[in-house]
Amino acid sequence: MAGKPKLYYFDGRGKMESIRWLLAAAGVEFEEEFIETKEDLEKLRNDGVLMFQQVPMVEIDGMKMVQTRAILSYIAAKYNLYGKDLKERAWIDMYVEGTTDLMGMIMYLPFQPADTKEKNLALIIERATTRYFPVYEKALKDHGHDYLVGNKLSWADIHLLEAILMAEECKPDILSAFPLLQAFKGRTSNIPTIKKFLQPGSQRKPPTDEKFVAVVRKIFNI
Amino acid sequence: MSGKPKLHYFNGRGRMESIRWLLAAAGVEVCLYGSLLFQQVPMVEIDGMKMVQSRAIGNYIAMKYNLYGKDLKERALIDMYVEAVIDLNELLMTHILQPADKREQHFATIVDKATNRYFPVYEKVLKDHGQDFLVGNQFSRADVQLLETLLMAEECKPDILAKFPLLQSFKARISNIPTIKKFLQPGSQRKPPLQEKDLPKVMKIFH
Repeated sequence: MAGKPKLYYFDGRGKMESIRWLLAAAGVEFEEEFIETKEDLEKLRNDGVLMFQQVPMVEIDGMKMVQTRAILSYIAAKYNLYGKDLKERAWIDMYVEGTTDLMGMIMYLPFQPADTKEKNLALIIERATTRYFPVYEKALKDHGHDYLVGNKLSWADIHLLEAILMAEECKPDILSAFPLLQAFKGRTSNIPTIKKFLQPGSQRKPPTDEKFVAVVRKIFNI
Repeated sequence: MSGKPKLHYFNGRGRMESIRWLLAAAGVEVCLYGSLLFQQVPMVEIDGMKMVQSRAIGNYIAMKYNLYGKDLKERALIDMYVEAVIDLNELLMTHILQPADKREQHFATIVDKATNRYFPVYEKVLKDHGQDFLVGNQFSRADVQLLETLLMAEECKPDILAKFPLLQSFKARISNIPTIKKFLQPGSQRKPPLQEKDLPKVMKIFH
């Protein structure tokens, strides 16, 4: 019954990437089954394994879990990455929701019409540097610890690192005004499980490219 | 420092409504503030924190008032059910924001998703275990948020639950829980649906 978690999604980042990050950071090996065609998705739906007909879906601990946040919360709690009490959890939740909003904007960028891309990219950069990163920079400055919450590695740190790297793919010097985030990035990237995930050959997926956009558009008729 | 939670938002449903439901269901009195002082709303002052992000706030309230199941697996189920309800709520809430020429199609999408994707799941959950509540035979956040959504869906299409007898009885049953019953009465902090005439004001606040 216990076995590796199995991830069902497309062969690309999308909404599954944060789940891959969290499992990898927790040192949990996982398997993946990739949806490549509309028929693949229909088969999963017809087999009745997708509660709301949607992916991500993760088979874990006898459950077929759906809904990205539900899956992430479960993994975080199970592997002690969710703080030690209710208040720490609250802070982790708040921080994670911020990075979720930012990464959501970046995730949809390749799917926007070409004529809006430049404007949307500018908005992402503006939000990152004026709304989101200042909050995390301040948090690190105020307590002077290595990690965002409770002086211990948590889901919030892993999610922030993921967001930082994605934002840097948008604009390589996007952290220029955030020295503590730069140090955070260096430090967190060196955590052994995360360092391994950042190396070639891991299950981390490359930035969304035209090919992935085409696959998704075809499957969903968009 | 401790005291009634204070809610900061504009005077309408939006992303704060689910939080009002949860607090009401847990029997927690709140203090109304209603102004937009901060960059981010909803914001709830509770237990010495100024909490933002509606999911974080909802999680905290649910945990604090024992509306989040008894263990990790029940929490997982509650999260799955609540996340899906949030998706449906989003569809319902954005209906009024649609331009006039897109409204009919958006309405059709709402009805399709509600009656083919979401409601059948909850109907089946109730059928399979035959219990009064969605998870763990105990009142939880999942029940509160589902009821909120059922009522919002009925505002959209009054007979939308026609094919879902168990959801109909669920709706009646949960509506009768004393804290919820009180919240459903006139004079409570429950907000009415956004009217077209209020749209310009809301758009101005958020844009």
